Amino acid sequence: MSRSRATRRPIRWHIAVFLAPALIVYTAIMIIPLFGTLNLSLFTRGQGNTREFVGLANFVTLFTDPRWSGAFWNATWNNLWFFIIHMLVQNPIGIALAAILSSPRLRFAAFYRTAIFIPAILSFVIVGFVWRLILSPLWGVAPNMMDAIGLGNWFAPWLGQESSALTTLALISVWQFVGIPMMLIYAALLSIPDEVLEAAEMDGITGASQFWKIKLPLILPTIGIISILTFVGNFNAFDLIYVAQGALAGPNYSTDILGSFLFRTFFGFQLQLGDPHMGATVATVMFFIILAGVSLYLFGIQTRLRRYQF
Amino acid sequence: MTIRKTLSLTTAFALCATGVFAQDVTLTIESWRNDDITIWRNQIIPAFEAAHPGIRLDFQPTAPAQYNSALNSKLDAGTAGDIVTCRAFDASLQLFERGQLSDLTDLPGMANYSDVAKSAWSTDDGSQTFCVPLASVIHGFIYNVDIFNELGLEVPATEDEFFAVLDAIQEEGSYIPMAMGINDQWEAATMGFANIGVNFWRGEEGRAALIAGESRLTDEEWVAPFRQLARWSQYLGRGYESQSYPDSQNLFTLGRAAIYPSGSWEIAGFREQADFEMGAFPPPVPAGTEGCYISDHTDMGIGLNAASPNQEAGRIFLDWLTGAEASTLFANAIPGFFPLSSAEVTLDDPLAEEFLSWRGQCESTIRPFHQIVSRGTPNLSNESWTASANVMRGTWTPEEAGEALQAGLSSWYAPHQ
Repeated sequence: MSRSRATRRPIRWHIAVFLAPALIVYTAIMIIPLFGTLNLSLFTRGQGNTREFVGLANFVTLFTDPRWSGAFWNATWNNLWFFIIHMLVQNPIGIALAAILSSPRLRFAAFYRTAIFIPAILSFVIVGFVWRLILSPLWGVAPNMMDAIGLGNWFAPWLGQESSALTTLALISVWQFVGIPMMLIYAALLSIPDEVLEAAEMDGITGASQFWKIKLPLILPTIGIISILTFVGNFNAFDLIYVAQGALAGPNYSTDILGSFLFRTFFGFQLQLGDPHMGATVATVMFFIILAGVSLYLFGIQTRLRRYQF
Repeated sequence: MTIRKTLSLTTAFALCATGVFAQDVTLTIESWRNDDITIWRNQIIPAFEAAHPGIRLDFQPTAPAQYNSALNSKLDAGTAGDIVTCRAFDASLQLFERGQLSDLTDLPGMANYSDVAKSAWSTDDGSQTFCVPLASVIHGFIYNVDIFNELGLEVPATEDEFFAVLDAIQEEGSYIPMAMGINDQWEAATMGFANIGVNFWRGEEGRAALIAGESRLTDEEWVAPFRQLARWSQYLGRGYESQSYPDSQNLFTLGRAAIYPSGSWEIAGFREQADFEMGAFPPPVPAGTEGCYISDHTDMGIGLNAASPNQEAGRIFLDWLTGAEASTLFANAIPGFFPLSSAEVTLDDPLAEEFLSWRGQCESTIRPFHQIVSRGTPNLSNESWTASANVMRGTWTPEEAGEALQAGLSSWYAPHQ
């Protein structure tokens, strides 16, 4: 008895003390508002200024009312397309750029690296504005440049057509953020030990096949992280759509993604007064979509990725 | 910050005032028009104070985007100013229903306003009015007089003449017939649909019938304006689908486009930008209609905080605003925002004078979807933006647009169910 008391470890207060600042700040600005939103979605505005508890009725409206569900699924599919473009264009280009940049024979690598990364630090407002000007059929440089190389007839007011507006905006977003996967992959490529690459060369694996067979498997975990970052970023995106197309996400809601749909619902727009309860419902559904996506990755993919220890 | 500043300023003012003139009252004015601060300080306040010694005014504007929420919280907390600038329709109606704005129905100067002018600040049945209508904007077409002279064109009065003019400019080829884009969507609805539509649904008559549920948006008078908008698209510049509102303004002020469908609120800006002579004409009348209508849209009113201790002084000030002196001051300080009072007003700007003269020839109405019918979800006014833009883009037929709008309205508005 007395022995066990003697060996009992002292309470390690320092762990709690060191965790406290982050925990308190994170709770105050993230966790409490998150539960506040979840709570808000269970109510509706009653007569006067009161609010009434309605359980899941807002969710039922969102999924079954033809107008709400139509707008919601439109925004969801658009958002998915937005994400697919990023996965198919942004990340492969980012990997390719990183592979080229990490080549020891490339000159001015630092310059390229900086130049490609700069758009990522620009404000959405600037990016949206600049691209609208570039693509403007009236004063843009795009129609003139395409004329100069004989492709003038191929120019179209892409941002104004239902069929092309969303893809155009997704590509603008890709242009802006391609620097981020590039940087992460670049760092991952640099961390591959020289011995591994030298061993590969001894075995006669060089050049492109070295990339495919040696480097790519080693950076797969980083690509996974990038995918999940892209997923979360895209499903939370809002700014670019708002800056370029306005809150109505024209033409004909073809660029409406979950973020802009949430904005219109929650804050209202012009004569439409905001509805915080339906807005919170949309926000909650967005939260669960992102949670589902992240969980799928964490439990379905990340656990199966093979990791290599150097 | 602003609240505290307002309070301390008011108190300081009140203290000084009580020291010097025993009966002096200071009225603090809440407004979102911080653009107008110099006009208030230099013109309106001195004019009023000269006529009414004993009442002082303090103009305290807030940033436009924050005005509604700031005003609501100030009213709830009891710290709002005595005089409140009113947004049109539901935002102010809500304040009145909560008892935060005084009833001004019996203000003597109210006799100077038509029912249309008062509609934005009256209860739905029109029996009570709670803000003095201050300014409206008139829709119409602004044209480049130099281009019209160069091509020998006459100002069109009817729909046929209007399209003949557009065809003539198109054929000649040096200029874009009409500067308008649909990227921002609201131009299509506001400067297109609401602008020309009034002649089809016969102004107030059609608007009232829609509110009462007697006419439907699939009826000819609501679909015909869409049909005309669909015809417009061939006269707009290349790539109008992604042309934004500032693009259109620039096209016109640079002299590259002949006609600009718009409204009087552009006047001040265009005066600075354009170096050619500008004229204006009201929406052309379709064949076979009698009389003409204009969209004379109420935009800004001014009311009295019900919790203010200075009700008497406040009413004196508001009554002064309804008179000819104040109306003329306002109209000339901000050309294009017209006083709604029927008191005699003289304008210095000929273009503004032209717009204002239509009130004498045509009947006024407001934008069709602003009162009552845009209270639900989906919001009819916002839907009309998308519908008008879709028609001009050619993705919807005019009939489809009417059906879509009607379906949205029927989904929540009882008189249409």
